[in-house]
Amino acid sequence: MSKNALSNPAAVMSSADRHAIISSKKYKPPKRDLKSLIERNRSSGGYLFKKAAGNAVFVVLRTALLFGLCFLILQPLLNKFSLSVMSEMDLFDSTVVNIPREFTLDNYRMTAAPALLDYWPSLFRTFTMSFLIAFLQVASCTFVAYGFARFNFPLKKFWFACVMGLILIPPQTILSSIYIHFAMFDIFGLFTLIKGSPLSLLDSPAPYLLMSATCMGLKNGLYIYMIRQYFRGVPKELEEAAYVDGCGKLKTFLRIMLPDARAIITSCFLFSFVWQWTDSLFSNLFLRSMNLMSGRVSAIPESLVSYYHNNFGRDVLPSVAYQQQLVATGMLMFIAPLIILYLIAQKGFVESISQSGIKM
Amino acid sequence: MSDKKDLGQQAFCEPETPIEWLETNAEDDYSGGLPETPVADTEVSVRVSSTPKKKGFIFRNYDKLDVTKKNAIAGYLFISPFIIGFLAFMLLPILESLRMVFSEVNINWDRGRYALEFVGLRNINYVFRENRDFNRLLFTELRNMALNVPAILVFSFFVSLVLNQKFKARGFVRSVFFLPVILSAGIMLGLETSNSLLRESQQLIQESNAMSSAITGVLEEILVSGGFMGDFVEYVLLVVNQIYNIALTSGMQIIIFLSGLQTISPSMFEASKIEGATAWESFWKITFPMISSLILVNLLYSIIDYFIRSDNSVMMEVTRLMSVDLKYDLSSAMAWSYFAIVIVVVGALSAIISRRVYYYE
Repeated sequence: MSKNALSNPAAVMSSADRHAIISSKKYKPPKRDLKSLIERNRSSGGYLFKKAAGNAVFVVLRTALLFGLCFLILQPLLNKFSLSVMSEMDLFDSTVVNIPREFTLDNYRMTAAPALLDYWPSLFRTFTMSFLIAFLQVASCTFVAYGFARFNFPLKKFWFACVMGLILIPPQTILSSIYIHFAMFDIFGLFTLIKGSPLSLLDSPAPYLLMSATCMGLKNGLYIYMIRQYFRGVPKELEEAAYVDGCGKLKTFLRIMLPDARAIITSCFLFSFVWQWTDSLFSNLFLRSMNLMSGRVSAIPESLVSYYHNNFGRDVLPSVAYQQQLVATGMLMFIAPLIILYLIAQKGFVESISQSGIKM
Repeated sequence: MSDKKDLGQQAFCEPETPIEWLETNAEDDYSGGLPETPVADTEVSVRVSSTPKKKGFIFRNYDKLDVTKKNAIAGYLFISPFIIGFLAFMLLPILESLRMVFSEVNINWDRGRYALEFVGLRNINYVFRENRDFNRLLFTELRNMALNVPAILVFSFFVSLVLNQKFKARGFVRSVFFLPVILSAGIMLGLETSNSLLRESQQLIQESNAMSSAITGVLEEILVSGGFMGDFVEYVLLVVNQIYNIALTSGMQIIIFLSGLQTISPSMFEASKIEGATAWESFWKITFPMISSLILVNLLYSIIDYFIRSDNSVMMEVTRLMSVDLKYDLSSAMAWSYFAIVIVVVGALSAIISRRVYYYE
């Protein structure tokens, strides 16, 4: 190797010189035929071939593994898709397994109809609500996480233990207490003092928006913990430099730390959005008046029955298979926006080449 | 709270910092990330001695504070959303449900109210002594957790390493691995299992699993009977047999690892490559330490997720007691004794592991 490098004048040239040679017209690229390849392999002591073979094996193994795992994950979805494009007759045809005899989009039309999902209006409502809630949750959690990661203050351990408690306590167990709490909402008797009676906050999105803005939403302790771990891993020199240059604490956070934390914040936002989108727990409690899609998808069988009831008379019932076919279609339509959102948000996971400064 | 906030806003926007601050401060001000090391000695010298500016009373006082106190104020302002929310929305429900542990709940169905009567440790006694299932279910779940969580961690770390490489259709593959997060969230899991048409596909997977366990069974006989690291091989084969469940539960962990891997600067790898490190070495010397804080996150997440997911058998028992038997007191007693155990497990594991976590300084 070293012998070659010495005999080759290009190896000791500066890059500017080399560039000049390559871009000039006289330059011919080195031959890439088999003979020269064998020659080069021999001069490298067999290293070239060994490495190429290793790489090839690695790529094949990786492709096989990824293909298998992708298929494993996608299989239920593909199955739903093939169900959703079958006609109802195909469900009872035992010769039809995956490929429909009659390709049809009627199921989609039926599921999107106002009687079942009322797709576009409820999509709009669900999207607005999930976006708002995810934004509030992630914004407040980022602030809190930064406070925990970078500042010392009295009772810090106690408050962090509260965050951990928030992660550990599943909402189901305190849900009934929360329900009563919001039916008669009162902070230390404050509202009774002012208005004479406690507030009833159920059946309006306001309490859940407030909870989201104060890190009390679904799994918010987890976001605080994740973002805090990230900020603890960032070197302090960046902030110190900002302080030396006369930047205040809030400004340092917003201008220096936030742009670097883009990847982790994007992923927290995605989780928050997805979990809000598919949530039934808090949605049933606070957002029932919003008529969100998660409730409508789970209610497809009932709404289908009542649809038949209203249109075809009392005695006509949809078959169970047809109900479940529509549920499968509804699930696909329900998660399609999430997948699109992920494809868009993926650009947030950019590689950190742009990160400059000391972080090398 | 509100005037405190105003003060904070003003303080944050402070445009110029006096020179004295600069000199005394460069090292000591910012030790926030390490709670264990107090900044005791230098506090006196760090006192800001700026010339009094024409500002409000509160702000002048803020200027006179030493850095530790300034940090404390800033810290409290940053975490104030959490404190407000916790006190306003969470504290009372949690205390209420804790009170139920030690009382008997008498529900007055006509008025929709309930009365609590203190009964001491009777409910706890019921959970551990009288309930037939709790102890058994708890031990099964603890054992399954100990088997599953390492597999999930290794699997998700490995997959995220692969997904972080460059190959064709990477965006597509990444979004496929994001799907489990959607598919196992909220209403989706329930819809899937209650649907008989979709259950057929589950059966298909089960069958293919049976096939793979036939293969792994043969392997097992060969390797285990050969005395080739018996227990470990058996464990690996056990994991292989339930790869679908593991893939479905590790979507979140993969994304956390992936976002962590992408914040490692490529120039680190370049530097180590120039110094002659192999890929293996740079993995153990760069990737692993840089990602170790997220390993802790993922470990905690996997454990907690395993314990509180709705198909965990102890949680099912808790919700059954609450929603079917309507025994709120027994249910919350069971839930809280379960959490006490989970907290002990999580606390012990994170204490052991957080010592080995490397924070980039």
